[in-house]
Amino acid sequence: MAGVAGGNDFQWCFSQVKGAIDEDVAEADIISTVEFNYSGELLATGDKGGRVVIFQHEQESKNRPHLRGEYNVYSTFQSHEPEFDYLKSLEIEEKINKIRWLPQQNAAHFLLSTNDKTIKLWKISERDKRAEGYNLKDEDGRLRDPFRITSLRVPVLMPMDLMVEASPRRIFANAHTYHINSISVNSDHETYLSADDLRINLWHLEITDRSFNIVDIKPANMEELTEVITAAECHPHQCNVFVYSSSKGTIRLCDMRAAALCDRHSKFFEEPEDPSSRSFFSEIISSISDVKFSHSGRYMMTRDYLSVKVWDLNMENRPVETYQVHEYLRSKLCSLYENDCIFDKFECCWNEWHSQVLYLFAIMTGSYNNFFRMFDRNTRRDITLEASRESSKPRATLKPRKVSTGGKRKKDEISVDSLDFNKKILHTAWHPKDNVIAVAATNNLYIFQDKIN
Amino acid sequence: MAGADGDDSLYPIAVLIDELRNEDVQLRLNSIKKLSTIALALGVERTRTELLPFLTDTIYDEDEVLLALAEQLGNFTMLVGGPEYVHCLLPPLESLATVEETVVRDKAVESLRKISQEHSPVDLEVHFEPLVKRLASGDWFTSRTSACGLFSVCYPRVSSTVKAEIRQHFRTLCSDDTPMVRRAAASKLGEFAKVLELDYVKSDIISLFTALASDEQDSVRLLAVEACVSIATLLPQEDLETLVMPTLRQAAEDKSWRVRYMVADKFSELQKAVGPEITKNDLVPAFQNLLKDCEAEVRAAAANKVKEFCENLPEDNREQIIMTHILPCVKELVSDTNQHVKSALASVIMGLSTILGKDNTIEHLLPLFLAQLKDECPEVRLNIISNLDCVNEVIGIRQLSQSLLPAIVELAEDAKWRVRLAIIEYMPLLAGQLGVEFFDEKLNTLCMAWLIDHVYAIREAATCNLMKLVEKFGAEWAQNTIVPKVLGMANDPNYLHRMTTLFCINVIVHCCGYPYREITTKQMLPVVLKMSNDQVANVRFNVAKSLQKIGPVLDSNALQTEVKPVLEKLASDTDMDVKYFAQEAISVLALA
Repeated sequence: MAGVAGGNDFQWCFSQVKGAIDEDVAEADIISTVEFNYSGELLATGDKGGRVVIFQHEQESKNRPHLRGEYNVYSTFQSHEPEFDYLKSLEIEEKINKIRWLPQQNAAHFLLSTNDKTIKLWKISERDKRAEGYNLKDEDGRLRDPFRITSLRVPVLMPMDLMVEASPRRIFANAHTYHINSISVNSDHETYLSADDLRINLWHLEITDRSFNIVDIKPANMEELTEVITAAECHPHQCNVFVYSSSKGTIRLCDMRAAALCDRHSKFFEEPEDPSSRSFFSEIISSISDVKFSHSGRYMMTRDYLSVKVWDLNMENRPVETYQVHEYLRSKLCSLYENDCIFDKFECCWNEWHSQVLYLFAIMTGSYNNFFRMFDRNTRRDITLEASRESSKPRATLKPRKVSTGGKRKKDEISVDSLDFNKKILHTAWHPKDNVIAVAATNNLYIFQDKIN
Repeated sequence: MAGADGDDSLYPIAVLIDELRNEDVQLRLNSIKKLSTIALALGVERTRTELLPFLTDTIYDEDEVLLALAEQLGNFTMLVGGPEYVHCLLPPLESLATVEETVVRDKAVESLRKISQEHSPVDLEVHFEPLVKRLASGDWFTSRTSACGLFSVCYPRVSSTVKAEIRQHFRTLCSDDTPMVRRAAASKLGEFAKVLELDYVKSDIISLFTALASDEQDSVRLLAVEACVSIATLLPQEDLETLVMPTLRQAAEDKSWRVRYMVADKFSELQKAVGPEITKNDLVPAFQNLLKDCEAEVRAAAANKVKEFCENLPEDNREQIIMTHILPCVKELVSDTNQHVKSALASVIMGLSTILGKDNTIEHLLPLFLAQLKDECPEVRLNIISNLDCVNEVIGIRQLSQSLLPAIVELAEDAKWRVRLAIIEYMPLLAGQLGVEFFDEKLNTLCMAWLIDHVYAIREAATCNLMKLVEKFGAEWAQNTIVPKVLGMANDPNYLHRMTTLFCINVIVHCCGYPYREITTKQMLPVVLKMSNDQVANVRFNVAKSLQKIGPVLDSNALQTEVKPVLEKLASDTDMDVKYFAQEAISVLALA
């Protein structure tokens, strides 16, 4: 493998697309989050209609060997319902903001899903046996005469078709005044944090009536509010460390060992602003929409409107790498402001793959016109791919896309003006152990896999 | 009756068995709770071959059903045929020990521990110990955490080769990949150490303890502190210094406040476990540091232990240690920036007076008490007031009364009703300590003022307080000081206050009782009867309720001539509730 983001011998190819083909997209069907579980065996999506759909990896078999990127529906359930807060006269949308899987603890799978206010813990379990035989009913369900019972029958378990059940195990409610933007399971396997615009709470996974407020940036006077929390995540190995990003483009790292309240950060990551590029939009586009630790926990990645930055936790004054996602939009900020696109919250994800000799790092994040970008940290190559119905033939190779930036448009290039800003890819996920990716394009979920020639 | 061959005694059992699978959780739960009845009817043979296999696979159910099942199975030995067959219970409990719900797992482990005692030594090795091994090497951490709780029950009763295996398994779990399992192992370390031979405690347990106490996750390290207590108790004094103390010192200065908090929280236990010498040399400075910790949570936990720690210091130089080492820290805590710290301290600081004696208390502690009585946080003041009895014994309460009174008055008028409620609850105690004259002079007005508080909970508590005061000071006192004021309220323009009169009369009658029939008949009854003409229905039906309570104290003449006509009138009231309660009173007092 010479680099997942393009190269002579490495290509991405189409594997599957989920969701309706209709041009007419129902609002409720728009995918709002995508997440693989720890093994990559399951893939969960949440949508604006409050539903969670879980896909399971298709088992490979001798006669169907190329199923690495094939996922089939495993379970679908309604996680959140629309609600109304009568005290504040506020509608609470059912939209799933985030899904996080828990490390597997027994044969069942668990995930946390959240909308703006309420976090729920779901259990997804299988059942393949059914009890049979009643005392008071016969096989056809007819009642027996209660006075003719001559012996007792103990029910016997019989095999049945596999049934997958999703059951709500816990509901963590009433702890957030503002909208929840992140949830993150801690590496101690017993706590998780949830962040809204102004506060971060720490929960025990088994306790629903109590959470600890660990960060509170709400000023006494709301008119003095200058920044909000945009994302938060726990360190993958150190259970005491978490980070949160702000709308000012900064990231704070906090150590829960130091004090019970983490109002004071222990590290503060900020890149000094270039005064020459300062504009009306500077603050808006520097707002961080997502923050993710690398699997090793040594690095973290942040996404702002135009770029992805990789930070070394040991260096606070600037990122170690910066990747431009769609720099050509810098001249379009005014119209993107007018159509509100400038406030889109793009997420980003890591891929870390290593063998004994190679250590590969790649980054994926979304853009407009159903484009998504990949950056290879080793080779510094990048690639733009498109999730579209046109190239959705089985195992069809994805052609790299190019947006023309200069005056002249070459063949195969797309002009900036013809980009469709309604087709945005905000959510993507990378299989934890394999080169399989899931890309959410409005109401469709695309799954791609690598193809080595 | 039809069906000569039917046995109607089987019917209820048949229902129970069918309801094991009812859709209603409550019915399933009900059936599971009567599992012993089902087993008894089936007999030991069928319980073993049919019921238990069915139960083993029912782990899909709701937590509360599984919890009940796990509990039932712990008491099932006789129902499967006695100790000889007790191992039949292992499969269902094994599957329950792997569910994700901690309470269910813990209950399954508890039942497993229970039935392990009913295994013969042979069965223990043939059936029980393999189960422990299976759980300990399970794929999922739920089963491995459950295993941690089972080592200590089988260890003492197995052969030395199996013992070696068990130690090995425990060692493996202590360095498990998942923090969940390491935490489970750390929390059972002390218990396991207790059943091990002393040599193994020194060779095995100490190294595991040291490793867990320096685990990368603080959630594991803090559990090692608890283990420290049990391990220190097991070791001879001369080994403590080398085997335990380095780890304990490290924990007391851990980078994570949660670990230091745990040390503070377990300080009294640690102190007892390590003995007086180490306490003097090591724990006193450690305790000082915890009292000065930079994290308020830690200071609060340490402040909570001040009294207990001082009490348990070796008596020969206890006073000197407290005066030179502890008291200076305590003085600083009195003006701590965090109110939880101050309030934790306030809840124990009075206890120091008994340890230090009269002179030291007056000279050193009294200024602190007085400062805390003036604290801005009501909880601090309340905590001081609630512990007044300790000081009273040593120096008498008069020393404090100058500052006490303003503090009480301020709390009594606090804007938060919960604060007012809290101080009311201490009134009877204060009244007892301060004596009747002081009370009449200074506090009586407060007690009466609460009766017309605008919060119902306060009025209710004030009424209840009156009852306690009357119990303390007697009926005569009630007649002279309370009754006139209470009766005066009967003419209040606010109907809520008029109702308070009735509530007070109810409790006073209850306390003064029969011997003081005079007060009831002469003073209170007329007022109550007069109130039956009140224009507010709520007052009228409370008159009916009051009469029902007063009735038994009155003589039959008063009942017939005075109470009966009024109740009869109320029984034909236009208001439904008034009618209802009047009729109830008539029937209870047998006036019909």
